[in-house]
Amino acid sequence: MLIKMIPELGHFALIIALLMAVVQTIMPLAGATTRRPLWMAYGHPMAVGQFLFIALAYLCLTTSYAVDDFSVANVANNSNSLLPWYYKLSAVWGNHEGSVLLWSLMLAGWGYAASRFSAGLPRDMIARVQGIMGFISVGFLLFILLTSNPFARLLPNVPHDGADLNPLLQDVGLIVHPPMLYMGYVGFSVVFAFAIAALLGGRLDAAWTRWARPWTNIAWAFLTVGIALGSWWAYYELGWGGWWFWDPVENASLLPWLTGTALIHSLAVTEKRGSFKSWTVLLAIFTFSLSLMGTFLVRSGVLTSVHAFANDPSRGLFILVLLAITVTLSLGIFALRAPRVSHHVSFSWLSRDALLLVNNILLVIMTVTILLGTLYPLILDSLGLGKISVGPPYFNALFVPLTVIMCIFMGLGPVARWKRMAPREVIGKLWLAGGAALTLGVVLPLIYRGEWNLWASLGIVAALWIVLPMMRDLVDKTRHGTTRLAGLRKLSLAYWGMVLGHLGIAVTIVGVAVVSNYASERTVRMAPGTTVEIAGYRFTMNELVSRRGANFIADTAVLDVHNIDSGRHFQMRPEKRFYLATGMPMTQVALRPGLLRDLYVAMGEDLKDGSWAMRIQYKPFVRWLWLGGLLMALGGVLAIIDKRYRRTQAAGHAQPASRQHIEAQEVTP
Amino acid sequence: MALIRTLTVAILFTLTLSAVAGGIEIREFDNPVLAQRYDDLTASMRCPLCENQAIGDSDSPISADMRERVYQLLQEGRADSEIVDHMVARFGDYILYNPRLERRTYLLWGLPIGLGVIGCLIVMLIVRARRNASAKALSADERARLNALLERQRSS
Amino acid sequence: MNRRRLLLLLPLGFLLVALFFYQRLQHDPSARDSALMAREFPVFEATTLRDANRHVDQTLLQDDVTLVNVWGEWCPACKQEMPQLLELAEHGIRMVGVNYRDTREKGMSFLNEYGDPFTVNIFDPEGSLGFDLGVYGAPETFLVDADGIIRYHHKGYISPEDVTERILPEVAKWR
Repeated sequence: MLIKMIPELGHFALIIALLMAVVQTIMPLAGATTRRPLWMAYGHPMAVGQFLFIALAYLCLTTSYAVDDFSVANVANNSNSLLPWYYKLSAVWGNHEGSVLLWSLMLAGWGYAASRFSAGLPRDMIARVQGIMGFISVGFLLFILLTSNPFARLLPNVPHDGADLNPLLQDVGLIVHPPMLYMGYVGFSVVFAFAIAALLGGRLDAAWTRWARPWTNIAWAFLTVGIALGSWWAYYELGWGGWWFWDPVENASLLPWLTGTALIHSLAVTEKRGSFKSWTVLLAIFTFSLSLMGTFLVRSGVLTSVHAFANDPSRGLFILVLLAITVTLSLGIFALRAPRVSHHVSFSWLSRDALLLVNNILLVIMTVTILLGTLYPLILDSLGLGKISVGPPYFNALFVPLTVIMCIFMGLGPVARWKRMAPREVIGKLWLAGGAALTLGVVLPLIYRGEWNLWASLGIVAALWIVLPMMRDLVDKTRHGTTRLAGLRKLSLAYWGMVLGHLGIAVTIVGVAVVSNYASERTVRMAPGTTVEIAGYRFTMNELVSRRGANFIADTAVLDVHNIDSGRHFQMRPEKRFYLATGMPMTQVALRPGLLRDLYVAMGEDLKDGSWAMRIQYKPFVRWLWLGGLLMALGGVLAIIDKRYRRTQAAGHAQPASRQHIEAQEVTP
Repeated sequence: MALIRTLTVAILFTLTLSAVAGGIEIREFDNPVLAQRYDDLTASMRCPLCENQAIGDSDSPISADMRERVYQLLQEGRADSEIVDHMVARFGDYILYNPRLERRTYLLWGLPIGLGVIGCLIVMLIVRARRNASAKALSADERARLNALLERQRSS
Repeated sequence: MNRRRLLLLLPLGFLLVALFFYQRLQHDPSARDSALMAREFPVFEATTLRDANRHVDQTLLQDDVTLVNVWGEWCPACKQEMPQLLELAEHGIRMVGVNYRDTREKGMSFLNEYGDPFTVNIFDPEGSLGFDLGVYGAPETFLVDADGIIRYHHKGYISPEDVTERILPEVAKWR
């Protein structure tokens, strides 16, 4: 009996969570304003309760999926009794309603964490953070309950079986990609809450930046991994071998990533030097606003990328109202409470301060460019100027040069000092690295392939220009320890985080440059016995077989692959699948991954004479794209393990002593 | 970038995805330049029917027709611009992933460049202001307080 | 104070963006006009569906306002809009069909089953006329004026409301 009521239990839990979120919004904010500790004390228990009840609701929906309760519309539309159990569990977030529930669960989780780990902060600051997290939560819970209820029933006509999960989403990529991406999107809400709380409380000092930094880093790390996983998923699942398509959905995730990256850097300046205070707060607001705007663009049906919700305009309208209230209110608070006098901290042309300023401006230009390209067709259409498309050629034409300019400054940034630096010192530190980057960048492509390519060279020069000065700097830094190793140990984790983050960018740039310029592909007709040669590999089709999977049937081509240089043999098995429940055909590519190259085979059309069209691709260094993403995320995580954050978390206010300690660490000897 | 393709990935939220890799078909060209032009052209035109896919990647019937037409026109020895015009005359500017530079797209291409110029100006203005900031950093009032503090320290 | 006022432009600016988004919510992102609007009907040469020996070309569409309907036996919406097309024919409008990507047998059996409002059907098995018309799915309907210029384009299914609210007024306008 009880098991039949699980969806209602989940629905009920969501309603309780909503009520708790309302209390969490009102009491702590009112308490902070009127200085009543008792009111402020509501914040933490409500954050805990809200998290538990949303978790309960989430568990209920998952249970309905696990036990194939097709009386729940969401389950009936997105699952099937034949679906393997792990896809049943991940199917929960493979659809609109379930994914919003996951989003809310994460929001409550972040809210709980922010509340739990802020014990050392001033009371009113914590209370305001809790209140703002509660406010956002109210919005999303109302969104679920009013427009996107995942527990809606199909009674009395319960279908016998479900419509099945879209085959494209039956994949390990789907299991891991969305949760990571959402953790990033939602994580920025904590930074946002800190920014608004600081504005409201008039505490826009170095202390708030110290509190906000770890949250920014971890949200950014999640978002980085989420984007990398999305790119990896598209690469192997969609069958074209592309890894970035400038689709509005992808752009929506890149926008907060870019401003988040800018925020990480501007937080550093504000914390260390006390400058750019207002700008940092504004970036925190922008980053979360762009996360919300991305959600709106993706789920409202205004863009031609997604149309699943075009038939339900109430959802788009709801998110739009939520977006408008959140962003307008926060920008309004910013306008009214942003600090009036900025501390005139001085720095010169050649200083870390100036370089980070350039970094921020470049990232903002990139953000605006992508936003412009994504929205421009809509603007023209609204003005009655016709329909156009803005696609990869536009974005590449602008993004690539902007990235190159960014790289030039990235080489200087980590070795520069705060405040000022003599040009002679900069040149002294960089001439060797610069020369080496140029030489290697020109020579390496020649050694690698024997054919020179301007763009590949440019990419490698840029990557080396980022990495080599950093290495040189590391060597310099360790010179002062009693031994090299002791010197290395002395460097803070935050410093290592920075090194890894920049290294990650360099690795990704190498991947992009090489795979874009040295990839090769051939589309060929293959029958059993056919042999094709590409990039030093010989592909022979051994046989064609038919097989049956759990919920699909497939034609499989068995290819013997022979590496001509090394003499190694292996097999690859691309498939053409037909999913029984949805009637959808799917191309399952065969991949042979490697650090230096991927082999990628996709099956095309059955040519009806016993042969098939096959696309064979050789993709050098493509793994470096995602490897770089992982390094960046690792850097972000490493930086927050640094004990100075944990200590200041406990200590609360910024203390002059710890401040000096940091400066001492950062200044290059 | 040889493999920049576009797709309709509502990465998670839609159930109407049909991103079966299309366009895997056998095309025979006399020379590799023609094959490369074919790849570039089919990658730069948007399928008019699908949500957001290049005709080279789409398995929709109209994309297959368009690829066939591109192939024919290439074999006839037409220039890229002629082929593009041929398609735009039938399906409109919508199919161009690379929007043409014209009055209505001036802002699209111009704004990023304008932002670059403004960005340079902002950096210059801020850094120039900040270079001289230290002198002005302390107001007369603050200087007086600083002196008082130093005085107290000395005396204690 | 000046700076405050300047900063207040931020939330106001965003409200404008939100208004723009609100306006976009009312739009169907896939709605597009034909690229052939106000241009001449493409040059073509074909036979008719009924008679493989009868040749027709673009001069077919001169002298009177004509509705050109692109259809195929394989297209479900074409079947559903047939009553509306018959009604339009009853209003005395000259209707010309383009039998798109079909076979003669299937096209003929379609007309026998669902009715034939067309004075003539252009047989377009390869879809070459359809391609020149920029058709990417059936049904699509074009209004061609007496000079052979395309004046109105209707993508997809024609509902009974479309007949009275859109098509008949357009026909009256160009007659």
